[in-house]
Order: sequence, then C-alpha cells, then structure tokens
Amino acid sequence: MAVQIASGKVAISATINGEPQTWLSEPRETLLEALRDRLGLTGCKEGCSNGNCGACNVVMDGRLVNTCCVLAVEAQESEITTVEGLGTPDGLIPLQKNFLEEAGLQCGVCTPGFLVATKALLDKNPNPTDDEIRWWLAGNLCRCTGYDKILNAIKKTIAETTTE
Amino acid sequence: MRAIQYAAPRSLGDAVAILQERGNKARILAGGTDLIVQVGEDARDVDVMVDGKHIPELMELSFDPEKGLTLGAAVPCYRIYEHPEIKKHYPGLVDSTSIIGGTGIQGRASVGGNLCNSGPAADSIPTLIAYGATVRIVGANGERTVPVENFCTAPGRNVLAADELLISIHLPAPSAHSGACYLRFIPRNEMDIAVVGAGVSITLDDNGIVTAARVALAAVAPTPLFVPEAGDSLVGKAPTEEAIAAAAEIAKNTARPISDMRGTAEHRKHLVGVLTRRALHRALERARA
Ligand SMILES: Cc1cc2nc3c(=O)[nH]c(=O)nc-3n(C[C@H](O)[C@H](O)[C@H](O)COP(=O)(O)OP(=O)(O)OC[C@H]3O[C@@H](n4cnc5c(N)ncnc54)[C@H](O)[C@@H]3O)c2cc1C
Ligand code: FES
Ligand code: FES
Repeated sequence: MAVQIASGKVAISATINGEPQTWLSEPRETLLEALRDRLGLTGCKEGCSNGNCGACNVVMDGRLVNTCCVLAVEAQESEITTVEGLGTPDGLIPLQKNFLEEAGLQCGVCTPGFLVATKALLDKNPNPTDDEIRWWLAGNLCRCTGYDKILNAIKKTIAETTTE
Repeated sequence: MRAIQYAAPRSLGDAVAILQERGNKARILAGGTDLIVQVGEDARDVDVMVDGKHIPELMELSFDPEKGLTLGAAVPCYRIYEHPEIKKHYPGLVDSTSIIGGTGIQGRASVGGNLCNSGPAADSIPTLIAYGATVRIVGANGERTVPVENFCTAPGRNVLAADELLISIHLPAPSAHSGACYLRFIPRNEMDIAVVGAGVSITLDDNGIVTAARVALAAVAPTPLFVPEAGDSLVGKAPTEEAIAAAAEIAKNTARPISDMRGTAEHRKHLVGVLTRRALHRALERARA
C-alpha cells in the first residue's frame, strides 16, 4: 500500500513553547498524555478527558484546542503553546498575576486551561465585552471559584493593558 | 485508549484504498471530537484512524457567487464562522457552527464530522438540509452525490458504505431575498446537546411573496427530520404571522420525539412549534435585510 500505516511508536517533531521538540508516541496517545507523560509539561490538566472541561487547553497552530481530543501524532510539525509558555514563576504575565491577586483560583486544576484560553482570546481581541469573555470561555469549567473571580482577574488585566 | 493504528493519506485514492482494505474497522479522523472521545471510552470499535486533514479536498473552503459554497468535510467550525462570505451569505451556518461545543472544540470539530457521526441532535444537519445542501461521496466504485436529507438513516448511521468517505458538502448559491436560521433549545446558555433544534430557510420574490421555504428539525426523530410540508405551506403566500404560525404547527405535528432525560415528548413538540416560528421570523428578517 502506498500510505504508511503507523502502529508502533512514531517520532513526532513539534515546536513547543518556542523550542523544537522530538519525542515518541503511540498512535493511541492523546496530545494531553504526550505533553504530560512524554514531555513533562504537567501544566496541562486532565479534568474529564472527553472534551467538556477545557483543563487540557493549549494553543495549537494559532487555535485553542482540547488536547484530550487530539492525538499526539496529529501534532506532527505543529506549533504549540502550553501554560508553561506563558510566564515563569519569577516572571508571571499580567494575567497570571491578576488570577493570584483576584483569587481567580482555588484548587487550580482548571487554571492552566483558563489562562491559555484567555490568553488566546486577548491575543485576538484585546478588549472583549463581558459577554464575549464568558462565551469564549464556555468550554472551561471551574468547580471552585464560581467564575466571577476569574472574570474579575481577566477584566483587571484588560483594564491595565487598555489604559497603558 | 486501546491500541490503534494511524494513517495520514495525502489523496482521496490513498484514503479509499485503506478503507477498502480495512473495512469498517477503519474510520476517517476529522476533528476527532466525536471519534477520539468514542474510541477512548470504548464506545466504538476502531483499529485504524485515517486522518482526513492532509487531503486537500477535505480542507477546501471556497465560495463562488454562481456555484455556491464548497465546504470540505474536515474544515473546522472556526474557519466557517470566521469566513466573511459565509457570514454574509450563509448566516444559518454561522448559527450552527458557533454553538457546536466551546471554543476549543470549534478549533477542531468539522461539519463533515457532525454529519458523519449522524446523531439525531447534531446542530449542523438541519441547517444543511434547510440550505438544500448535497454531499459528495467517494468510494472504491467512484463518486456519487446525495442530498443531506437522505444521508442519515438511523442514530449514528448513514448511507456511507465501509469503503466510502465524505469529500465535501455543497450549498447552492444564495438567491436574492433569501435568509436562513438555526435555533436550538438547551437548558443552559451553551455547551449542551439540543433538546430540539430547528433549521429553516426562506426565499421571497421581488413582491415579498414566498417562493421557497425549507424546515428541518433536530432531536425529534431517529435522524434529523426534514419537514417539506411545513416549508411548502408558505410558498405562494405573503409570510404573515399567521402563515408562519401555520407552518410551525405543521412542523410540530410532524415531529415524532421520544421522552428521555433531556425532555418529554410533549415538551419537545411544544418546542418544535416555538423554535420553528422564531427561526422563520429570523430567517425572514435576514431575507429582507
Ligand atoms: C465537549 C463537546 C461538546 C460538543 N457539543 C456539540 C454541540 O453542541 N452540537 C453538536 O452537534 N455536536 C457537539 N459535539 C459533538 C462533535 O463535536 C461534533 O459532532 C463535531 O462536529 C464532530 O466533528 P469532528 O470533525 O470532530 O468529527 P470526528 O470526531 O473526526 O468524526 C466524527 C465521525 O464521523 C466520521 N467522519 C468524519 N469525517 C468523515 C469523512 N470525511 N468521511 C467519512 N466519515 C467521516 C468519523 O469516522 C467519526 O465516526 C460536542 C463534542 C464535545 C466533545
Ligand atoms: S480534559 Fe480535555 S476537556 Fe477536559
Ligand atoms: S479552581 Fe478548582 S476547578 Fe477551578
């Protein structure tokens, strides 16, 4: 047959948080599993593994995706940003700082997904309305905060950047 | 997930060859938002996933004012609802694609996948039927074309043979004074499965008389339900409140919903009437705009 059908481990190359990476994954592995277990990027969380919670969100080739619904082999030659690519413990981005200051998290399982998803929104639309924020984040679930504190953190970030 | 194999063919012929050899244990992978979840939960018996996203025909998105819209089967929702000509000429498609899952799902999920998953509550299928869309299918014996209303045969089932795949969906060119709309009822504001959905289209002549109308429903039958009598009842008439209410009543009486955890049959019938009427009014506003 003309086309190769992969069953064993596949070498996957992708640019992750700006750095070229190559690793081996079986076709059955989701991108979520590969990021966590092969690359040690445990910021990506498994909340549901069926697409409903957004805890596994990353930006892949410029679009927000749920990595539990993507196979690792589909990430071949892609560009990915995870929460680890946003800021560092010593150099938080304003959005991260504001999540802390506004208590936009408690257990923290949903937080990386919210940060990545919100960053994707603000990169596209730096001054969204409350409705636009809530609609964009409809696929991100939080069982702790009740969402208002997350909204406060996001709105504070928007206010800071638009008045600069 | 159970062990699977993965192939990324670059042409229709190569994809069909795999389907032909591996039968119904091979599945096309578009956005994966149904397939990966179903295989992960052992709800579908699959040996090989055949990635459709490297086949150019499946990723095509093109509009021609004469020929209409060609929507490659694997084009994700966000490319559809962000497309300027789709926003302008096919707003019903924007209604549907912007409510399938959340932003992350819309980054991957395709209309082709929604159609081939063939769920009775799928949010894009009534809209495609309302637009009079057809699908292009290819298999070992060549190509064929099927109207969307004849595509689904039972919950999760459709007319595709094991060696066939969906290439693209074709929506006819927009006529002057035409509009369409899709509305669904869910108990939340977003991220839920339709209790009922209604996709409608309406076309007027220069005097405002209806020349064509189509109504299709989600989640009220084992497959998405086309109700030609509802649309036909408007043809030749002015689209008055009364005429629209009468068309909605026909849709309501044609629906054959079941009662389940999402709603009772009675509630669903009521919703069909309300949503069909509202969707027709919205489509009419768009037709007049
Ligand atoms: C959290 C979440 C929320 C969701 N919300 C909604 C919603 O609100 N409304 C809704 O309608 N759906 C919803 N869905 C279901 C799903 O996202 C949609 O049905 C989506 O459109 C499927 O598209 P896909 O590209 O991801 O399909 P895939 O998962 O890739 O494929 C779906 C099925 O179609 C087959 N297939 C795909 N492409 C082809 C082709 N070209 N030829 C032949 N067979 C093919 C696959 O083999 C598979 O069986 C949701 C799913 C999740 C996980
Ligand atoms: S873990 Fe992916 S959406 Fe919940
Ligand atoms: S902080 Fe616990 S789920 Fe959001």
